[in-house]
Amino acid sequence: MKRVYANETYCVGCKLCEIHCAVAHSESKDIIKAYKKEKIKPMPRIVVEDDMPISFALQCRHCEDAPCIKACITGAMQKGEQTGIVTNEENRCVGCWTCILVCPFGAIVRNEQGKKVAAKCDLCAEIEDTPACVKNCPNEALKYEEEGE
Amino acid sequence: MLKKEGQIRIPSGCAISGIMNRKGERFSGEDIIASIALMHERSNGLGGGFAAYGIYPEYKDLFALHVFYDDVEAKIRAEDFLNTHFDIESSGKIPTTKVSAITKSPMIWRYFIKPRKFKLIESELNEEEFTARCVIKINTYFDGAFIFSSGKNMGAFKGVGYPEDIGEFYMLDTYKAHLWTAHGRFPTNTPGWWGGAHPFTLLDWSIVHNGEISSYDANRRYVEMYGYKCNLQTDTEAITYLFDLLNRKHHMPLETVVKVLAAPMWQDIEKEAPEQAKKLKALRAVYASALINGPFSIILGFKNGMLALNDRIKLRSLVAAEKGEMLYVASEESAIRVVCQNPDKVWTPKGGEPVIGLLNEEAKV
Amino acid sequence: MSLNFNVPEFMVERNEDRCIQCEVCVRQCANEVHTYDEEDNKVYADETNCVNCHRCVLMCPTRALSIKKHSLEFRENANWTASAMNEIYKQAQTGGILLSGMGNPKPYPIYWDRMLLNASQVTNPSIDPLREPMETKVILGRKPEKVTFDEDGNMTTKMPPQIELSTPILFSAMSFGSISKNAHASLARAARETGTLYNTGEGGLNKEFYEFGKNTIVQVASGRFGVHKEYLNAGAAIEIKIGQGAKPGIGGHLPGEKVGEEVSATRMIPEGSDAISPAPHHDIYSIEDLRQLIYSLKEATDYKKPVFVKIAAVHNAPAIASGIARAGADVIVMDGYRGGTGAAPTRVRDNVGIPIELALAAVDQRLREEGIRNEVSLLVAGSVRNSADVVKAVALGADAVYIGSAAVIAMGCHMCQKCYTGKCNWGIATQREDLVKRLNPEIVSTRLANLIRAWTHEIKEMLGGMGINAIDSLRGNRLMLRGIGLSEKELEILGINHAGE
Repeated sequence: MKRVYANETYCVGCKLCEIHCAVAHSESKDIIKAYKKEKIKPMPRIVVEDDMPISFALQCRHCEDAPCIKACITGAMQKGEQTGIVTNEENRCVGCWTCILVCPFGAIVRNEQGKKVAAKCDLCAEIEDTPACVKNCPNEALKYEEEGE
Repeated sequence: MLKKEGQIRIPSGCAISGIMNRKGERFSGEDIIASIALMHERSNGLGGGFAAYGIYPEYKDLFALHVFYDDVEAKIRAEDFLNTHFDIESSGKIPTTKVSAITKSPMIWRYFIKPRKFKLIESELNEEEFTARCVIKINTYFDGAFIFSSGKNMGAFKGVGYPEDIGEFYMLDTYKAHLWTAHGRFPTNTPGWWGGAHPFTLLDWSIVHNGEISSYDANRRYVEMYGYKCNLQTDTEAITYLFDLLNRKHHMPLETVVKVLAAPMWQDIEKEAPEQAKKLKALRAVYASALINGPFSIILGFKNGMLALNDRIKLRSLVAAEKGEMLYVASEESAIRVVCQNPDKVWTPKGGEPVIGLLNEEAKV
Repeated sequence: MSLNFNVPEFMVERNEDRCIQCEVCVRQCANEVHTYDEEDNKVYADETNCVNCHRCVLMCPTRALSIKKHSLEFRENANWTASAMNEIYKQAQTGGILLSGMGNPKPYPIYWDRMLLNASQVTNPSIDPLREPMETKVILGRKPEKVTFDEDGNMTTKMPPQIELSTPILFSAMSFGSISKNAHASLARAARETGTLYNTGEGGLNKEFYEFGKNTIVQVASGRFGVHKEYLNAGAAIEIKIGQGAKPGIGGHLPGEKVGEEVSATRMIPEGSDAISPAPHHDIYSIEDLRQLIYSLKEATDYKKPVFVKIAAVHNAPAIASGIARAGADVIVMDGYRGGTGAAPTRVRDNVGIPIELALAAVDQRLREEGIRNEVSLLVAGSVRNSADVVKAVALGADAVYIGSAAVIAMGCHMCQKCYTGKCNWGIATQREDLVKRLNPEIVSTRLANLIRAWTHEIKEMLGGMGINAIDSLRGNRLMLRGIGLSEKELEILGINHAGE
């Protein structure tokens, strides 16, 4: 399956990926409205780890044998049969954070505004062909491709 | 006042024609006049001319100068110079006849000359180079005098008017030559100066030319590095000097000169065998500034024959034909058929592909 | 501490309705202009250090930022302008030479813009480059006066080494040190992709880039940094740099802070040491010395590489160029007073040297008068800004042009002229790792190649319009140029007629 790969050599640590991820997962999908008007603060599913000059963006790897799915107590965490995308069905999520505990990458975050849920990358599957983080990286430090491409 | 050639660059379109007998048999100027007259519409009465080879067998070792003088003073000054540098064997007016369409002709004189021995020795040049330099000098520095022909056993005849009228004016039916070339001119702006008509000549070279080359100033500034002066600012003059430089001075065979002036495209050079490609590449590298660009068709006359050539993407018309020993080239096929109804072969040379007609070995001068 | 008289040059305008406090600007400004105040949840700007490089403006995801000229006015004075006064404040404070980056920005006449090109109408046809071949290939190198053949038609002339370019545009010398490794990598890749050359500048050649040798000119300058036999043989040609348009007569100085591990290894100098290029080559005090260096380099490379000699365009350029040609150089390079640089004393940059257009016209004419123009190639640099400038340069007599400033602009440079600070926000003129990585050679080499391709297309269009199908026929073809608004003297030097003539 296609995944997002980070190239730390050219990551400039601007965190535009975080911002656009947050907007992509906001209600309005409008950057200014999302940040300035929406009650639930936009929350990125991607995190830039940086200690300049080293920096890279990290998000869910959509593991083949995903520990978070096994650990999920409600069955909210699922892997799409066709797509391979690991998603958290927020209606069923009870915010127990077990998935966060078992994720080896630290790619799942807590979203405690409103209903407590685990928030994670869904590769923007519902909205775009290319995930927002990849599309908005100013330096092509994020690529969306099959493994080994 | 309108500026004449030499003071300003005047573009022009034209008609050209050339006829030769490869055996060296001589024939009168009637055919060439008929051929160029057929293309009357391609000229506008502002210039016509002819070059004839083999016309002065009795003086074949002497340079034949044809000179236009604006006035007697110019003639005195030029003759003074000629007397100092040359032995003049014979001189006189070039015979002309009255033609109603030809007016305001200058004084037209002819001299058969050879360089004075001590002057030649002093100059450390050969006869040709010495004469060429003297011709260039007169044409550059002597106001009112213009040498329009300077070869051996050949001559140019030109003026302002339609070419057929010019032919009649000079009575070319009374001359016999083994090679004739002709030109009818369509300049876009000229006061009608006789020196500006074609052919343009230097020593035995004569060129008639149809087209306006876009590389003119690149070519001009290139040849001027080697002692030439493009006084007329015409394409024809620049092309003549290029031929002279490459063939006479650099000893390049005419087939190779053609590869310089109408150089093959790089994409075609790449397709050649390595040795040939290397040669063509070197030619293009060294003689880049001698590439003639833009539309042209030319007929070059020289001692042993003629060469007709188109620009490399054939932006001007040129047709060739053969019948027996006769070789014809002209801007239009009809201009050939009017004097040779059933040629053995008629063809349209490709851009950059020369038609070369040489005198047979025994006919060579 | 005493009062600092320097006032900010620019103002940051932040549209608070659009600012989402994402702090991208904070993270991207190497000059630390933007700061985020958590208490106020606001981003503020201290404009003193703003150089107007537009990095924050272009990175801002909501386009909330704009940079304006600072509104602070000095009392109007045609003589004592704000910049004249500010420079004095600066010097009074520091006691130092004023430094600048990039080329001369003063409003001297730009002759490129005072020349117009010709086109064919009726009497000869223009040529459509989409239908007909249109040749932009240029061959650089020393040419024999003539090509000779033996009786069988075999060539007997031995050609000196020649370089084939697919277009008359090369990337000019910018050293590794003055620009980043990623910038170098981008130039090298773009040169290979478009069939042209880039130039190492005087900083030596990183081993990683030896693979681009066929598209590399290796430079030998007065500091001789990074010069060794392998280096000389690594490129397609060697360039001896005598001078540079931005700072004729002045050497170079790469501060020790920029000499990190890789720069140190490439330049062959200790890490952290200043790299000082002397003003003259200390083995060239005259033209005959230059000849010796030219031939030493030819010896070292088996006479297989053309040797370029680069000078700044100065008053006596024609005579100097003639001397260089006779000293055996294969290619003469002239750099005009608008040529860029990483760092130059401001006074020198703005006051020394002459326009490349005039120098080119004069040198080409002089070499022709001496009958040697055809023997050497002539390359010009010093602010060639677009394809029309290239066409005009070739028509004046150049074989090809070098582009430096245009290339760095294609890479992202916004002409803030602060290259010498080493804080280039675009990753070009810097060695700071976090900044260097902002320049991704994959993206930037494509941008450079695009620029070359775009200009080449335009050159072909203009050539076709003139009825010319090979760049050879444009070289020195000054009838294709007409002056506009130029004096008799200027026309005479340029060797062109006025429009309407």
